[in-house]
Amino acid sequence: MSLEIFLQTLASGVLIGLIYALVAIGLTMIFGVMDIINFSHGEFLMFGMYSSFWLYALYALDPIFTLPLTTLFLFGFGVMVYKLVISKIVTAPMVSQLFTTFGLMLLFRGIAQFFWKPDFRTVDQSIVSGSVQIAGFQIGLPQVTAGVGAILITAGVYLFLTKTKAGAALEATAADKDAARLMGIDSQKMFALAWGIGAACAGIAGALLSTFFPIFPEVGANFILIAFVVVNLGGFGSIVGALIAGVLVGVIEVVGGFLLGPQYKLAIVLVLFLAVLMFRPQGLMGKA
Amino acid sequence: MNKNPTIVQPIEANVAPMQTISGGHIILLAVLVVAALFPWFSDSPSHQNVAILVMMAAQMGVAWNIVGGYAGQVSLGHVAFYGLGAYTSTLLFTQFGVNPWIAMLLGGVFAAAISLVIGWSCFRLKGHYFTMATIAVAEIVQIVFTNWEFAGAAVGITIPMDQEGWGAFVFASKVPYYYIALGLLLLTLLANFIIEKSYLGYYFRAIKDEPDAARSLGVSLSKYKQIAFAVSSFFTALGGSFYAQKELYIDPASVLGTAVSIKMALVSILGGIGTLFGPVIGAGVLTIIDEGTRVMFGGSGRGTDLIIYATLIVVIAVYYPTGVMGWIKNLSARRALKSQNAKGV
Repeated sequence: MSLEIFLQTLASGVLIGLIYALVAIGLTMIFGVMDIINFSHGEFLMFGMYSSFWLYALYALDPIFTLPLTTLFLFGFGVMVYKLVISKIVTAPMVSQLFTTFGLMLLFRGIAQFFWKPDFRTVDQSIVSGSVQIAGFQIGLPQVTAGVGAILITAGVYLFLTKTKAGAALEATAADKDAARLMGIDSQKMFALAWGIGAACAGIAGALLSTFFPIFPEVGANFILIAFVVVNLGGFGSIVGALIAGVLVGVIEVVGGFLLGPQYKLAIVLVLFLAVLMFRPQGLMGKA
Repeated sequence: MNKNPTIVQPIEANVAPMQTISGGHIILLAVLVVAALFPWFSDSPSHQNVAILVMMAAQMGVAWNIVGGYAGQVSLGHVAFYGLGAYTSTLLFTQFGVNPWIAMLLGGVFAAAISLVIGWSCFRLKGHYFTMATIAVAEIVQIVFTNWEFAGAAVGITIPMDQEGWGAFVFASKVPYYYIALGLLLLTLLANFIIEKSYLGYYFRAIKDEPDAARSLGVSLSKYKQIAFAVSSFFTALGGSFYAQKELYIDPASVLGTAVSIKMALVSILGGIGTLFGPVIGAGVLTIIDEGTRVMFGGSGRGTDLIIYATLIVVIAVYYPTGVMGWIKNLSARRALKSQNAKGV
């Protein structure tokens, strides 16, 4: 592998890794705040993709411009899912929580299939189509846009959590529900907020992906396992951990796939994931 | 352990306890007789097939329940053992001519051996981490088999049916498969029953409910988790081999797909996790829902069956987390309380 190809591969790994990070941030936030693993997280991403697609197909609006709309849709959707379903299982045993979100995953796929059929769809004429020449490499413009977008959103979520009052309340709930409640923080509201932001992050990732990734009801399956790995590697509940682990996974996947064949991409990531779990079960940035 | 003395004791000793015990036995006997005679009641191959599917799902659930229910270690990668069983027996037969019955047994032993290796590393992880690790293991196994030419890669393996009969484990009729499935289910239930009644059952429940207390009493958690995992894997693999012989065709999607792992766990949860007959009831309910919605709504190709199936999963997980068995227990406890009140106790 020549240096040039290696660097190019590396760059595309970093870019896809940033998207993984964005998906995982939503997942890790929900987990951090209320200890629930959301199996249907990939379907939030899928709905984000369809939102972009339909605004594009019906009104000729570019996914990049409709990003705020998609964010809003998914935020509302996440809050709704929390209020209608998740709020009822906050204190339920882990098994029933697992199966609730797993059932939601199947349900959302079924709904997407019902309305939009299992066909593959694409947004083929986005303003970010084509590719750019950066320092001698040819990189797809959609990928670059998506990577930059993911960085901005991640930074935004991080600033929200560290600099705002609502963010501090969210962090307090994540750290200690009961203590936070004693300080006058409504944990129900915080849980709903976590689901809203979590869904919005996945939705934005979907919108960013929609310019270069096929859109179909089961597309979430491609991202959920990776997102779990990223959350685990980064440490459950850690935003910074998710960002580092996301990029790491993206790079490992792309470089490993290049060396051993693309069919082993996921296997390489999973083997590394298991290896890290053995030595550091709490993840890179998690607390022991 | 679960018996609530305040409910059982006040009922007049000469009638009630005898009645509940023999009542359960009578139901069990009736179910067994009906199950044994079922092929005489219905000679429709499609009905027989549904009955076989129920028993296969039940057997998988009962096997999963050993580690997932009793010992409380939620594995969502159990399909790895199902697939290892199916692939081991099929490859031993098609490549080396080993008799399928013996190959099935070897598949079970092999899966149990592999479970020791997996358990050795994964049981150091707790809760969510363990569950995630099992998913990852199963996914890796699936990727390996999808790319392994010797094992038919993505295309899969077809089992030739040039020989037929009990020796070859290949039948044209559904009836022999029905009885083998029934036998396999009863065998797995028996193993569960023995475990539940032995000291192992107490250790498993201690690992699930009070891991720290169990450790402080000197119970080696990892050793008993390993035992639960190995027994569970052995029976899961037998189920996989049976699937292979029944379908005469396996591929990575059908015997190594995530859906199979989920089904095992789902069946237990629907019926009642950590109970002997829970998975059997869950399998009945789930298979009927599954087949019923598919027959009624599956033709449209629009995923209506999936929507109904998924909605039921959510509703049950949210409102009936203890499953059908929990619901029955609740009901009988309430009835006992009522009769108690009626007698003015």
